[in-house]
Amino acid sequence: MKNLLTFKGSKIDRRKFLKIIGTGIVGFGSTSLFGPGKLMAANKEFTGVLVDTTRCIGCRSCEVACAEANNLPVPDMEDKNIFDKRRRESTTQWTVVNRYRTGKGDVYVKTQCMHCSQPACVAACLVNAMKKNEEGPVTLDQNCIGCRFCMFSCPFNIPKFEYGSPAPKIEKCNLCWERLKGGKIPACVEACPQETLLFGTKRDLYEEGQTRIYKHPSEYVHHIYGQYEVGGTCWIYLSKVPFEQIGFRTDLGTKAMPEFTMGFLYTVPFVDIILPLFLLGISRAIRKED
Amino acid sequence: MPMEGAGAFICGELKPKGKIFTPFNMISAPIILLGAVLIFYRLVKGLGAVTNLSQDFPWGIWIAFDVMTGVAFAGGAYVLTFVVYILRAEKYHPILRATILNGFLSYVFYAGTIFFDLGRWWNILNPIIGNKFGVNSVLFLVTWHFILYMIALLIEFSPAIAEWLGLQRMRKILSSLTLGTVIFGITLSTLHQAGLGGLVMLAKPNIHPLWYTEFVPMLFFVSSIFAGLSMVITEGTISHQVFGHQVDKNHLNSYNSIVISLAKACGGTMFGYFFLKFLVFIHGKHWSFLNTPMGYWYMVEVIGLVLIPCFIFIHGARHRNFTAIRTAAIMTIFGIIINRFNYIFIAYKWYIPLHERYFPTWMEIVITLAIVFAEIWAFRWIINRMPVFRRPPQWALEQDREQEKGR
Repeated sequence: MKNLLTFKGSKIDRRKFLKIIGTGIVGFGSTSLFGPGKLMAANKEFTGVLVDTTRCIGCRSCEVACAEANNLPVPDMEDKNIFDKRRRESTTQWTVVNRYRTGKGDVYVKTQCMHCSQPACVAACLVNAMKKNEEGPVTLDQNCIGCRFCMFSCPFNIPKFEYGSPAPKIEKCNLCWERLKGGKIPACVEACPQETLLFGTKRDLYEEGQTRIYKHPSEYVHHIYGQYEVGGTCWIYLSKVPFEQIGFRTDLGTKAMPEFTMGFLYTVPFVDIILPLFLLGISRAIRKED
Repeated sequence: MPMEGAGAFICGELKPKGKIFTPFNMISAPIILLGAVLIFYRLVKGLGAVTNLSQDFPWGIWIAFDVMTGVAFAGGAYVLTFVVYILRAEKYHPILRATILNGFLSYVFYAGTIFFDLGRWWNILNPIIGNKFGVNSVLFLVTWHFILYMIALLIEFSPAIAEWLGLQRMRKILSSLTLGTVIFGITLSTLHQAGLGGLVMLAKPNIHPLWYTEFVPMLFFVSSIFAGLSMVITEGTISHQVFGHQVDKNHLNSYNSIVISLAKACGGTMFGYFFLKFLVFIHGKHWSFLNTPMGYWYMVEVIGLVLIPCFIFIHGARHRNFTAIRTAAIMTIFGIIINRFNYIFIAYKWYIPLHERYFPTWMEIVITLAIVFAEIWAFRWIINRMPVFRRPPQWALEQDREQEKGR
C-alpha cells in the first residue's frame, strides 16, 4: 500500500494526499452529489382544468374573473375588434381568449399557464422560487433572482417578466392557489357561464374528456391536448379541429421537460469524483523520477 | 515591510504607468464611462429601459456574448494548466500566467455581467447562501462551479501577486496549493463549460432541430478548448505588440514554437468537433432542414467558421505561416460567438418572424464593449505591475527550485 503513495523517491504522507484531493471532493460533494430530485408529487393527486373549446363562446368572463381575483387591471370588455389580432398573456393579464377561424367555424380558445406535471420552469429555477405544489399549481416565491431561465425553457412561452420595473417579478397564472387553499375553485372556472371549464383531479378530468369524445365522436378530434404533451399538463383541452389550427404546438413531444437535462445532471457527481483522481494519477505517472 | 511603507507602495502602484493619452485610451475611456452610466440607468429603471429583451427573448447579448462566449474564451486557462501541470509540458510555461490571468479576469468581468442582467440582482447570493438550493437546476450547478472556479483561478494566479508585494512566505504557501487547485479547476471547468450547454438543453422545443441535440454539453466543452486556445493565440499576438519590451529573450524565441503547437491543437480539436457535429447531424436525420434559410445559416457556422478555420490552422502550422494561424484564430473566435448567439437568440424560437425578433440596442452593445475594455484595462494594470510576462524575482525562482527538490 505504501508504495502506491510514493512519489518521486520521497513518500507522500497521507495528509498531503488528502490536501490535494480532499478539498476538491468535499467542495463538490456538497453541491451536486445530491443529483436531481423528484419533481412529481408523491401523495396528493394533481388537480387541473378541462377546457372544452367546443363550448366556449368567447364571452371573456374568465379574463375579467382572473383580473379581479388577482388584483390585475380588468381588460377592456367593450372592444368589439379585440379578436381580430391574436393576443398573448402578459404581466398584467394571465389568461387570454383568442378566436381562430377554422373550417368548422370560429373556435375560441382560452390559454394560460398549463401547469405541467413536471414543469421546465421548476427544473430551471436555481433557487426553487418556481414551485410545483402537490395539488398541481405551479407558483412563484419572492426569492426569485430574475435570471429568466424559466422563460427561456418554457415550451408554452408562459412566464412573463416585468421589464419596465427596477424591482421586476415573473408573472403568470397560479391556478388561483390562494383560492384553492381556501377550498374554492379557480376564479375563471367559477365565472364560466358555458361550463367550458371544468375543475377537478386530473384522473377525473381525463375520464370526463374521454367520455365526451366517446359519446360524441364526430364533434371532437380524438385527442386530449395535455394528456401526454411534455409529460402531461394540469390544463387539458378538447377541440373539434386539429390542435395546430387553434394555436397549439403539436411538435412538443411526450417527454417531460426536466428529463432533457436529467442525464447531464446525473453525470456531474461522477465526473466530479472521477476526473480529479484521474488527473492526479496522470500527473503523478508523468512526473520524472530523479 | 512596515505598515506605512506598504501603504506608500500600494499608493504608488495605483497610479497609472505609461502614457495616458494613447489612441486606445481615448477610445476606451469614454466607452467605459458611458457604459457605467448606462449600467446605473439600467439598475434604476429596469431592464426594459436599456435592452430590447422581450417576453419571447428573455436572454440577449449579455448572456450570449458576455457569459456564454466569454466563458468559452476563458477556456484557455484550464486547457493550459492541464497541459503544463498535469501533462508537464514545460514548453507552455511562459504563456501560462498571462492565460490564467486572462481567464480569471474574463470570469470576473464577463460573468460579472450577470449581476446587472439579473432582474432581481439584490438576490444574487440566494443560490449561494441557500435561499434556496435549487439542486434540480443546471443553472445552480453552473453557478456553483463558476464561483468555485473563479476562486481556483485566483489561487493559481496568486503567486504572482505575492511576488509583486514581496511576500515570500505567503508565496511559498500559495504555490504549494497550485497542483491541487489545478486539478480542482480543470474538473470545475469541464463541468461548467458543458453545463452552459446543459442549460439550453432544457429548452428543447425552443431550439431549432439543427442545433438541438443531447450532445450540446459535449459540443460546448469541446468547443471551449479551441475557443480558449484561439483566444490565447490572439491575446498573445496583441500582448507581444504592446508588452513586448517586458518579455525576456528566451521566451520570445520559444513563443513562435508555442504558437505553432497551439495551432495544431486547435486544428485537431476543431476537426474532432466538426466530426461530432457531423455525426449528430446524420443521426438527427435533418437533411430536409438544410435547404431552408436556417439550414444555410447552419452551414455558414459549421463549414465557414469551423471546418475552414480548422484547415487554415493545420495549413498554418505545417508551413509556419503565422498570418494564417492568426486569421484562423480570429475566424474561430467569430464562429464561437455565432454558435453561442444561435443557441440564445438566433436559432432560439426560430419560428418567430424577423420583426418580432431580438436585436440588441446600442446601449446593450456599449455596455458589452465597456466590459471588454474594462477587462483589458485591468489586464494591462496587472501586467505592468506583476511578473506576468516579466521574469519573476530571483527569490521566487529559488523558492520554486527548492520546492521542486523538496518533493
